[in-house]
Amino acid sequence: MRLLNNRRFRAILYQVLVIAGTVAVGFYLVSNTLDNLAQRGIATGLTFLGREAGFDISESLIDYSAADTYGEALVVGLLNTLKVSLIGIVLASLIGTVIGIARLSSNWLLARLATVYVEGVRNIPLLLQLFVWYGVITALPSPRQALAPMPGVFLTNRGLRIPSIDWNPAYWLVLAALFAGLVGAFLMARWGRRRHEATGRPFPAVLAGTGLTLALTLAAFVLIGAPLALEVPELKGFNFQGGLVLSPEFAAVLAGLTIYTAGFIAEIVRSGILAVARGQTEAALSLGLTRLQVLRLVVLPQALRVIVPPMTSQYLNLTKNSSLAVAIGYPDLISVANTAINQTGQAVEGVAIAMAAYLTISLGISAFMNWYNRKVALVSR
Amino acid sequence: MHPIKTVFAVAALGLAATPAMAGATFDAVKAKGFVQCGVNLGLHGFSAPDDRGNWSGLDVDLCRAVAAAMFGDSTKVKYTPLSAQQRLPALQSGEIDVLARNTTWTLSRDSANGLNFAAVNFYDGQGFMVPTKLNVKSAKELDGATICVLPGTTTEQNLADYFRATKMTFKPVVIEKNEELTSAFLAGRCDAISSDGSQLAAIRANETPNPADFMILPERISKEPLSPAVRHGDDQWLDLVKWSLWAMMAAEEKGIGQQNVETFLTSNDPDVKRLLGVTEGNGKALGVDEKWAFTIIKQIGNYGESFDRNVGKGSKLKLERGLNALWTNGGLMYAPPLK
Repeated sequence: MRLLNNRRFRAILYQVLVIAGTVAVGFYLVSNTLDNLAQRGIATGLTFLGREAGFDISESLIDYSAADTYGEALVVGLLNTLKVSLIGIVLASLIGTVIGIARLSSNWLLARLATVYVEGVRNIPLLLQLFVWYGVITALPSPRQALAPMPGVFLTNRGLRIPSIDWNPAYWLVLAALFAGLVGAFLMARWGRRRHEATGRPFPAVLAGTGLTLALTLAAFVLIGAPLALEVPELKGFNFQGGLVLSPEFAAVLAGLTIYTAGFIAEIVRSGILAVARGQTEAALSLGLTRLQVLRLVVLPQALRVIVPPMTSQYLNLTKNSSLAVAIGYPDLISVANTAINQTGQAVEGVAIAMAAYLTISLGISAFMNWYNRKVALVSR
Repeated sequence: MHPIKTVFAVAALGLAATPAMAGATFDAVKAKGFVQCGVNLGLHGFSAPDDRGNWSGLDVDLCRAVAAAMFGDSTKVKYTPLSAQQRLPALQSGEIDVLARNTTWTLSRDSANGLNFAAVNFYDGQGFMVPTKLNVKSAKELDGATICVLPGTTTEQNLADYFRATKMTFKPVVIEKNEELTSAFLAGRCDAISSDGSQLAAIRANETPNPADFMILPERISKEPLSPAVRHGDDQWLDLVKWSLWAMMAAEEKGIGQQNVETFLTSNDPDVKRLLGVTEGNGKALGVDEKWAFTIIKQIGNYGESFDRNVGKGSKLKLERGLNALWTNGGLMYAPPLK
């Protein structure tokens, strides 16, 4: 009795009970599922991952054919999900930031257009937007009547094809120069920042860094004799062959996700900027900074503190929304997992794998954004 | 969206408390008073709802036949429309009692997936449909083509197998809903669409603006015996499903149809007497009324009538009987003796 009256003991007891309850429910669900599966004679286990998949996937970042395993097929799907999510996050952030700033512009037309964009894309379901983009893209002419906006570039309902550059071993030197340029730019920016802090003389780090990188890369390219062999797409049989291709499915998913998420990001950016007191801007302007400098040096660093946490949610949403790609035939993780589930009949394992993959990606994004958030948070001195 | 439904079905496996025992499905169906039948989301000729929500089709007739045998009333069916991916989990988890959803009978489904197939109610084969203006006359000319295909079916695998075997290449466009897939094909996203021959005929007849602009290539690249299926673990239920179908075939063989079935009640043919329950025994063996087969024929008709009405001469699809003719007419439909 005395023990139960102890507050500390009670607190621990409740926690132990809750954990025990959760574990018990989890254990019941898992063991009951296994029992039911066994009773119905349904195969279980992950051995199917090592069996030949026997189906093709239309686009893949790694070499894949129908003779590869289910495990490899799922990896292809996962990489496709990551590809569209990462590119989508970068593009949505860029577009969203621009639109968010535009909504605050003193230019009436620009601000209204940005408002129309935000209200439009935020309030139409993403799935519908995907269907619209896919419909627009597949309404392009067929390969035999391809649009050719530039020589070697073909736009058809099979996607966008552009010439690709044939790989030349000497390109390693160019890549090395590019890398050296980036390292140089980074060091130069650090030196510039130190000098700025010490002497107050600003240093145009972005301009100088870009210049250095480009110059080094170009110099290396000229040094190896500027070999350039283009592989131009040409119409062979049913479709264009060769060159780089942007598939209609990927383009539609990317456009849908980017444009939809950018609407939300614009609002986050706008609220972040509005959260910075007006007096800050006025003070900075009175010090003689230009509008761009005020935005870059005073407003955005403070706005980021407000922007980063909700931004994390948008990145997570975008990644998870990419699973809608299955509706228009982009071979993402869900699409591949669906086929694997149906061919093997192992739905429990397939769904579990997909869930684990999304959980891992989401936790990874969260961890990265939390790290970034700590970095930009106000440091109290 | 279907991944959610798959998750539900999977969750149902985790929560389902009743283990599958012999006779469990049969008794449960009898107790609840209707058959829960898993059908296609909408495939003309096999299972599709009309504008008033009444289902019809070859697969639907099988569901109705089972209900007629069990309850003497073919309307005692509830339909669960299922996508290709949902169908197996739905049956495994007990959400439905019988799956009549143009499902191909394969070894792995019959064993590892925990299903039992009753009997084939339609022999199909996978083929290709192309726009006539593409000028392709044979599947062998499809090297390099982009092909629209439904996911999560044997179709996707057959396609990969065929192109590997013939050393040709192709690009799949995999879209999970029939309508979206068809519209992508009609928009020209793909050079060809690949599916079961019957399905291609249904698309051509119902969904193309002008059927003459499309042709189905002659090759059949796979065997697709479509069959109703039940869960492992209830042999009595399996028996009822398969004999309901075979009774319809036996009736066609004897020339007994919906219109004339009553006149056969006075027949002296011992086979007919057993089929129609005049000589008792079959009903008792199956655990249903002795008039079970009579009711099926009276309410649904024989197999040939069902075929003609849904996919054959009397339908928009106008499929030939072909392999689906009775064995006596050179087809594969063959009912074991009902005795």
